[in-house]
Amino acid sequence: MEEMQPKLLDLIPNERGWGVKANDRERKIGGGFGVREEKKLELRLGLPGEEDWNANRKKTEGLCANVNPPFSLGLFGASQTKQEGLITGEAQKIHAKADNQTSIVERKAIAHAATSPAAAPLPSNSRAANAPVVGWPPVRSFRRNLASTSKTVLEPQKWASGTSAKFDNSTKGLFVKINMDGVPIGRKIDLKAYDSYDKLSSAVDQLFRGLLADQRSEIGTEKNVEEKGKAIQGLLDGSGEYTLVYEDDEGDKMLVGDVPWEMFVSTAKRLRVLKSSDLSASTLRTTSRKRAATEC
Amino acid sequence: MREEISDMSEDDETGERARWAPDLSKNRSDDSDSGPGPPIGDSPPPFSDQILENVLENVLEFLTSRRDRNSASAVCRSWYRAEAQTRRELFIGNCYAVAPHRAVERFQSIKSVVLKGKPRFADFNLVPFGWGAHFEPWVKSFGAAYRHLERICLKRMSVTDKDLTIIAESFPLFKDLTLICCEGFSTFGLAVIAERCRHLRVLDLIEDYLEDEDDEVVDWISRFPETTTSLESLVFDCVSCPFNFDALERLVARSPSLQRLRVNHHVALEQLRRLMARAPQLTHLGTGTFRSGAGFGEVDPNLDLVSAFGASRSLVCLSGFREIEPEFLPAIYPICANLTSLNFSFANLTAEELNPVIRRCHNLQTFWVLDSVGDEGLQAVAETCRDLRELRVFPLDPSEDSDSSVSDIGLQFISEGCRKLRSILYFCQRMTNAAVVAMSKNCPDLVVFRLCIMGRHLPDRITGEPMDAGFRAIVMNCKKLTRLSVSGLLTDKAFEYIGCYGKLIRTLSVAFAGDSDGGLRYVLEGCTRLQKLEIRDSPFGDASLISGLPFYYNMRFLWMSSCNLSMRGCKEVARNKPNLVVEVIRDGVEEEEEEEIEAVEKLYLYRSLAGARTDAPAFVKIL
Repeated sequence: MEEMQPKLLDLIPNERGWGVKANDRERKIGGGFGVREEKKLELRLGLPGEEDWNANRKKTEGLCANVNPPFSLGLFGASQTKQEGLITGEAQKIHAKADNQTSIVERKAIAHAATSPAAAPLPSNSRAANAPVVGWPPVRSFRRNLASTSKTVLEPQKWASGTSAKFDNSTKGLFVKINMDGVPIGRKIDLKAYDSYDKLSSAVDQLFRGLLADQRSEIGTEKNVEEKGKAIQGLLDGSGEYTLVYEDDEGDKMLVGDVPWEMFVSTAKRLRVLKSSDLSASTLRTTSRKRAATEC
Repeated sequence: MREEISDMSEDDETGERARWAPDLSKNRSDDSDSGPGPPIGDSPPPFSDQILENVLENVLEFLTSRRDRNSASAVCRSWYRAEAQTRRELFIGNCYAVAPHRAVERFQSIKSVVLKGKPRFADFNLVPFGWGAHFEPWVKSFGAAYRHLERICLKRMSVTDKDLTIIAESFPLFKDLTLICCEGFSTFGLAVIAERCRHLRVLDLIEDYLEDEDDEVVDWISRFPETTTSLESLVFDCVSCPFNFDALERLVARSPSLQRLRVNHHVALEQLRRLMARAPQLTHLGTGTFRSGAGFGEVDPNLDLVSAFGASRSLVCLSGFREIEPEFLPAIYPICANLTSLNFSFANLTAEELNPVIRRCHNLQTFWVLDSVGDEGLQAVAETCRDLRELRVFPLDPSEDSDSSVSDIGLQFISEGCRKLRSILYFCQRMTNAAVVAMSKNCPDLVVFRLCIMGRHLPDRITGEPMDAGFRAIVMNCKKLTRLSVSGLLTDKAFEYIGCYGKLIRTLSVAFAGDSDGGLRYVLEGCTRLQKLEIRDSPFGDASLISGLPFYYNMRFLWMSSCNLSMRGCKEVARNKPNLVVEVIRDGVEEEEEEEIEAVEKLYLYRSLAGARTDAPAFVKIL
């Protein structure tokens, strides 16, 4: 192992504390701290200008004796950092998963309400008291916010009387999740509210049209007005830019529109709006197999 | 010594650290299991040997300890076969350490399964959503193979409603479902279990995250069979959505074997009283909230509550107490002397409010509480609960600059009063070495010592020195210590002591500690029984990672996040150790990025017979 050390010292930048690279390439560790700010405001063990992180213990202990806790530094432009951290954190959560489940995203956003993504590793004796770190202190989410719990509303719930053997939702709506390519947050749509594929298709159009336009306009085009009005068409027949597919109770991905409407409602578990160009051959194969099955 | 699946599943306190050498001559292509054991489809042994095996099987039925079974299976082929036939409980500490089909091929008559998934730091949001630990491939394999499966216990797995449906459909004798820190399912899945598992005895949902949104909640309580049930335990305090209380009351009334009931926070005292009246035989009760509900028209709930508790002579464990209204606490005085376990960790109580309760709990062995009770409250605990074995003190306000009113003083009290203490989890803002040293001397039976000084890098509040000395005393004096979590300002010296004296430590958690690679090296080289090592935000780099190469096969996993690792070091490990899976986890990545970032933010490595997993999401890179 000894021969490794010379090489590894190369990895440790020669003027910084451990963890942050000397060059300006941004480490993907949450981006909560700018490198420049850190250099300026960094506080670390050892005398100023000391570079070697293997500070011997005497120095360490000596310095610690001089440190007066609490050490509320307010460093790193704390509020700005927190803001950056929050923004990065939120953005991170939003882009968290391709297979977005809104509830998880929201829950995590709440759990991370005041935290930034993993902060850059701090030197030993600094406490950026205003820049909280993910998962610290190590307490599970449901133990947070105990001091300020609002009282639970304890109303007697009205439950549908009678026990039904099957789990049909005949009296309630049938909400399924629907995600669209390019839109990070999914939505929910009540299949019971429609009685035909056409109505469903126009509902999807309504649901996502505005969102899609917003996404595009953020990228920087000036065509806001036009984009907002552009309808999402051709969902069912493959002619448009997007196509509507669904996942059934067996987990297979199917084109919407193949089976009778009632059968679709009873088997669809979630919907997706995919770019038509992304439809793979394998997806279509599944569909044709199923189509054949329903025809038999 | 040939070990394969057996040691994969080992989670025994006394596990030896024999250098685990995988059988590299194994044929890894397709599914032929030509490992150290005999391949399936081996020609049957001669008749005389068959008799011997049958006799052996009858004997091995009595072996229950995992470690003994693993040893027995290694004696010879005959014993291997006999042991595989007679094993009833399957324990898999890391779901990615072995493929489901291998487990199912070797052990054919399993009745109980324990399966663990994500690394523990997932509880603190360090593992991105969608990382893995899916129960699906397991439940499908079990469903096909284990007709007589009765019990499933999962920890930190991702479980869907579909998986729960497969359980309900596949195992006609199913009795016991325990889900701990799991996610991915909803009340729909619970309804399926309730309705179709006719022999259900235990449904324990502990600290799970359910998927429900308001418009999708299913009335799962109503789905239990209308006849007398065999329910013994129903725990659902983590199910945060409302439920059908009337149905629960009826369910409790027709469940004469019910001993453990823990409800969620949608239950007020008036309702609790009704439940208790239906089940005076309860031994474990989780109260939900502990306050009066609004508008129920009951005139004097307090009186009834007193008689309700008075009638529950079997209660030994109380928990819940959310949104507590302390004026109702006197109702539990009659049973305090019977309590062996009390969980006030959701109750915002002062020392004054705690005092009259705790002074009556002479027989308490397990106590969980919030730091709102302060050092003074802990003093009362120390003076009364002489038999205390486990103490957990949680922070009311879990942030670094909160005003915690517990400190080294409270720890000192506890150490002086509770000499039989075995397990402690203590969150505080300030600590001294002296108090920790005192605890190490006064409580020599400590098996679990977890100290969390919430401020990072904080030294001894009186001397200003690092906390090295305190932890040194712990590892030196507590000779039975198997689990340790460290915090506060710690230098490499602390790790030197841990490596030197912590010979029985199996689980070690490190955060914001150490100076250099040396620290980690001490631990890896010294802690010979180490199984689980989780580290965050500590300055350990590639050199220390590589120094651990000889030892990783003997561990279940290593987690390192926000340390000083790079791809070069991690690749070195992956290159040298083919039976280790080395995962580099990057936050916020959706697709494969062309540019490879050299710094490694999160590393998770574990031994595995199954090789690189195929279900890894885009943000996980397996080297």
